[in-house]
Amino acid sequence: MINLNTKKLKDKMLIDYIPIFLVFGFAILFSAAVVYSSSLFGPQRPNSEKLSTYESGMKPIGTTHDRVSVKYYIVAMLFIIFDLEVIFVYPWAVQFKKLFTEFGISIFFSMLLFLVVFEIGFLYAYKKGGFKWD
Amino acid sequence: MGLESKLTNDGFFTTTIDALASWARENSVWPMPMGISCCAIEMMAVGDPKYDIARFGSEVMRFTPRQCDLMIVAGTVTYKMAHVVKKIFDQMPEPKWVIAMGACTSSGGMYRSYNVVQGIDQFLPVDVYAAGCPPRPENLLNALMQIQEKIGKTRVKDFPDAQQSGFDTKPTDLSLSKN
Repeated sequence: MINLNTKKLKDKMLIDYIPIFLVFGFAILFSAAVVYSSSLFGPQRPNSEKLSTYESGMKPIGTTHDRVSVKYYIVAMLFIIFDLEVIFVYPWAVQFKKLFTEFGISIFFSMLLFLVVFEIGFLYAYKKGGFKWD
Repeated sequence: MGLESKLTNDGFFTTTIDALASWARENSVWPMPMGISCCAIEMMAVGDPKYDIARFGSEVMRFTPRQCDLMIVAGTVTYKMAHVVKKIFDQMPEPKWVIAMGACTSSGGMYRSYNVVQGIDQFLPVDVYAAGCPPRPENLLNALMQIQEKIGKTRVKDFPDAQQSGFDTKPTDLSLSKN
């Protein structure tokens, strides 16, 4: 809680923010009250036509919860794999000589371990047929 | 002019729920712009700064019926389009109002034709007809003001819930008589 009597700078800064919190509070209260009052005064007359999907007045075909092609998911996964690999491996390769003199051979194996983890995902995508474009 | 003129020296005023609800309703009539043909151009002109429908709180043209109170049917309604208009009107939540804008919408206009509905009041409960071919933007604003006047006279109990009133929740059947 904010102590209103103290003159410390830290507390004074928080006191300056009280109007903002008040605005947030009133905004939340007002919008909640408006939404509630519309449900209070607005008539509820649901029917199958009203609850049906809005397709610009056309009859909706199929469902709204349509299944998305899995292919894109595989592409997204491949993108993340190669993206992260490039982000980490490229600076590592550029600075390899400097790092090697500093840390020794362990700098090579630590990156290898990192890549092995990624290759698991890569193999999974390969097995799922992520590279077959048809 | 506004609420501030009602404030007396005491700094407060009393009102009824009916007055408050209709005040809120008539000053936030969100239109569904059912622009089917040339009248829609004049309907767009109503939104521009010269005519400025925002003065009446109706500048928020919603392109989904879920958020609309007023359907402005602007244009020639063919029998094929009538099903679309009817479906969108059915998808609007109550309370809702309809403006039939222009001669074609109100009576078929010059299209005394096999494919044109001779007035949308054959299948929609029209509140205000705006005359003209097309009506001038001022005319549409006048129609909106008449809608506001009509809303001002309503009471909250005029729009009961379905279970309170035994209101038929089935969607109405669209049966148009071709003549």
